[in-house]
Amino acid sequence: MEIVDLVPEVLKNNVMITTIDGLFKWARSNSLWPLTSGLSCCAIEMMCAAAARFDLARFGYEVFRPSPRQADLFIVAGTLTWKMAPPLKRLYEQMPEPKYVIAMGSCANAGGPFADAYSVVPGIDKIIPVDVFIPGCPPRPEALIYGMLQLKEKIRHPEIVQRTAK
Amino acid sequence: MKRKYLAKDKLYALKKDFPSEMDFDDTLEKPTLIILKQQVFVEIMHTLKIRYKFDMLSNITAVDYDDHFEVVYDLANRTNNEELMVKIALAKTDPNIPTLTKLWPEADFQEREQYDLMGINFLGHPNLQRILLPDDFIGHPLQKSYKQVEKGGISEK
Ligand code: SF4
Repeated sequence: MEIVDLVPEVLKNNVMITTIDGLFKWARSNSLWPLTSGLSCCAIEMMCAAAARFDLARFGYEVFRPSPRQADLFIVAGTLTWKMAPPLKRLYEQMPEPKYVIAMGSCANAGGPFADAYSVVPGIDKIIPVDVFIPGCPPRPEALIYGMLQLKEKIRHPEIVQRTAK
Repeated sequence: MKRKYLAKDKLYALKKDFPSEMDFDDTLEKPTLIILKQQVFVEIMHTLKIRYKFDMLSNITAVDYDDHFEVVYDLANRTNNEELMVKIALAKTDPNIPTLTKLWPEADFQEREQYDLMGINFLGHPNLQRILLPDDFIGHPLQKSYKQVEKGGISEK
């Protein structure tokens, strides 16, 4: 007998059955709390995405937290220098699990225009694991929102990522 | 009020005191004061501060030429709104120069920056450490001879 069959007939149209995992994925993917953190020019676009014109709140992602302990999404928006790398890594480590990282812009992806510079980390994946890369210099706010929606898909269906990775 | 460059007669007056230790090109409109002898460097700077009332050291920078380093100081006098540029050459093999932190405390961070990026050694500086680059960085990246050791000048961690 399926668990669905236990639901009384009168409730069938009002009750949804799922797993705890599924419920958590659904909740997490619909309310990411990003850390208020920006490194350089890309951060301006990130602020734009949260402000009235692009209104990240439409997706439930607007609760930017000032403390890493309350955040579960790290949007690395901008150029990471070697000097800043240790504090950035510490911020990441201070975030509670589960946590996700978006590398926003060419600098965070691969060092951008400063890829060969002596002072710039050529991609934040040298320092912390990354879930979604958003290209652009800077990416437009729509691109950030699209990236966050991709992250939402990834949280809901982790298996799609595993499949493409093979 | 707009700042003006130190008048030439004042430079001539200064040259009377240091005839062989300093020089300037008087054909220029705004001649740079060039210090020729390192031994009197602090003395000349002291004179500029006390007698010429240059109460602010607004900028320190350095240049890497083929055969020598040059350290450049920009001074400002905020009472008469005057400014002056001072230059001194250092040997490539011996890029040492006395610190000016005792005359102008604001020299502190700027001298650290020149030490960090250009490798100029400011003798007597209270805390001569890297300021912009990580402490374990190898080399001084604004020197023309600089070669990146590895990505970021940092060994793999
Ligand atoms: S990717 Fe472009 S816009 Fe973004 S931080 Fe780098 S230089 Fe700035």
